[in-house]
Amino acid sequence: MTTATLLMRSHARQFGRWATWTMLAVAVYAVLILSYGKNPLAALHDIFTSTLGSSYGFGEVIVRMIPLVLTAMAVTIPARIGQVNVGGEGQLYAGGLCASWFALTFTSWPAWLLLPAMAVAGFSGGGAWAALAGWLKSRGWLNEVFSTVLLNYIAILAVSALVFGPWRDPTSSNYPQSREFVPAARLPQLFGSRVDVTIFLAVAAVVAFEIVLRKTRWGLEIRAIGGNPNAAARIGVPIRRYIVLAMFIGGGLAGLAGMAQASALQGRLNAGLSPGFAYTGFLVSWLAGHNPRLIIPMSFLLAVLAAGGDILQITQGLPYAVVSVLTGVVMVIVLTGRALQKGQTS
Amino acid sequence: MTAATFCTVVSTTLALAPSVFYATLGEIVGQRSGVVNLGIEGVMLLGAAVGFMVGVITGDPIIAIIAGAGVGCVANLLFAALVVGARTNQLATGFALYFLGGAVSTLVGSNYIGRNLNGLGQLRVPGLRSLPHPWDSIFQQDLLVWLMVPAAVTVWWALGRTRWGLHVRAAGESRDSAYAAGLNPRRLQVQALALAGMFSGVAGAHLSVAYTKTWQDGMTSGRGFIAIAIVMLSLWRPLRAIFGALLFSFAVAIGLQLQANGSAVSPYLLDMLPYVLTILVVLLWARPKAFSSPAGLREVFAGTSK
Repeated sequence: MTTATLLMRSHARQFGRWATWTMLAVAVYAVLILSYGKNPLAALHDIFTSTLGSSYGFGEVIVRMIPLVLTAMAVTIPARIGQVNVGGEGQLYAGGLCASWFALTFTSWPAWLLLPAMAVAGFSGGGAWAALAGWLKSRGWLNEVFSTVLLNYIAILAVSALVFGPWRDPTSSNYPQSREFVPAARLPQLFGSRVDVTIFLAVAAVVAFEIVLRKTRWGLEIRAIGGNPNAAARIGVPIRRYIVLAMFIGGGLAGLAGMAQASALQGRLNAGLSPGFAYTGFLVSWLAGHNPRLIIPMSFLLAVLAAGGDILQITQGLPYAVVSVLTGVVMVIVLTGRALQKGQTS
Repeated sequence: MTAATFCTVVSTTLALAPSVFYATLGEIVGQRSGVVNLGIEGVMLLGAAVGFMVGVITGDPIIAIIAGAGVGCVANLLFAALVVGARTNQLATGFALYFLGGAVSTLVGSNYIGRNLNGLGQLRVPGLRSLPHPWDSIFQQDLLVWLMVPAAVTVWWALGRTRWGLHVRAAGESRDSAYAAGLNPRRLQVQALALAGMFSGVAGAHLSVAYTKTWQDGMTSGRGFIAIAIVMLSLWRPLRAIFGALLFSFAVAIGLQLQANGSAVSPYLLDMLPYVLTILVVLLWARPKAFSSPAGLREVFAGTSK
């Protein structure tokens, strides 16, 4: 058999796998909607016309896509060296918290100084939160899955403690949130839509990581650790440093997402900074097989689905949790598919 | 601290303990078989939601708890099909189970927010009921609180003193050796996980049916993850799980008592206490003794399991 036919077969098999996954997901979706006595086709139609059918709807999809790309990168970068970061949500909150501190404290700073300071604070805050888990893991003390989950709860509660306590805006009596940021602390939005400039940072992060992976010595070492950590350690790759650093950069990107949510969209810090972006980001990363090239398309797909969830609440009266269930089922399907695939090749 | 305050704290500690104790006990059984289920938080939420739903429909709290156990078993069998059958990554699959369980529980529970139900009644032990007030409040506890010690002893016996337990532990130490010895490690792991799921479901159902007597989204608030910490804390031994669960419940009860007394500390900071405590206790106390973990788990945590 020639190489060409082998290659074609592997492509065909991959295509078949994707088709199976998609069909399974669509079937689950149809069953869910039918169980509420609604028409799945009408629901699908609503999702597409409202998200891709108008420039406003498209803009809203992009708005949702930005935190997904960033939190997916927070999972992807550590995943390439075998670390499972499920703490994106906490890292997002930690970043939002640190950035908000700058916004609320240095109110007289000009925008050209305040915004970069907030971005650095957001990145460092989220990064430090993740690096803590990475450091504990690198010493062999505490598994990162476990510590990042617990750190999620702590970061989210810390934001609540602040906005219900010292940072509470005295003028908003019923809804606890911080004071409104000064205009200099607001990230500019593009083309009159709600899409903000962090989209460039998100895309830059994806491109940069792809280049680092392919073209640099760091990328080579990252791939070495991902392939066989013991072998990498034997040839002198500083694995511990890589773990802490990968977690720091990943967490930093999630923190940036938190900064953008507070600064660009909400204009203040409140307890509901994220409706679980990082959980969807985790799914994005696994859907993409931790491949940076697929992060943006997968984020787009899930952003359409998430925006669709809001639409279905309005047009069909379906609870938003329907989309969460679908997300969870897709997660399970993807994990199973990957494991079976791995079993076949090895 | 007055006697009344003391009794309230102790009573709350005991009343809260089952919601984390049974989950811990289940996770011990699962981990002894060599499988880490990170998703018991989701299984507990399912148990809480389904238990509450059944409790409202039937009006019988015992049936509600059994329903919680049933749905927990089903959820863990799905998990077993993935990690034992398809050999998916245990940690990532556990996280997916957490997410999926949470989402399904939100759907199931959405019609039951704000509803009331016949809670699990308090069992008054003869002899203890005649204690003077407030001491009698300590012993006004429901059936599942009283069953904690018998359950722990039963699991200890089943794991440590029966042939099945020996086989489960063999599978947990080394799947390959167990296979070579003529056992069927996969079947043993599925059995252990089914049992673990029942316990996790009961833990969740206790929270909604016996403790709060309401349903709320995400009401387990991380107890599933804390249970995993208590497993490490109790060095994978069922009897010690009681003390771990009491320690955690005590941290929560103290926080609740401080809030009730109008403490100036933010309630959100007090809510943080159990999570911080969990990380610290695992780091300072359990980590140096990590050698007592089932050998098969080390591969999972190091990310080198096949």
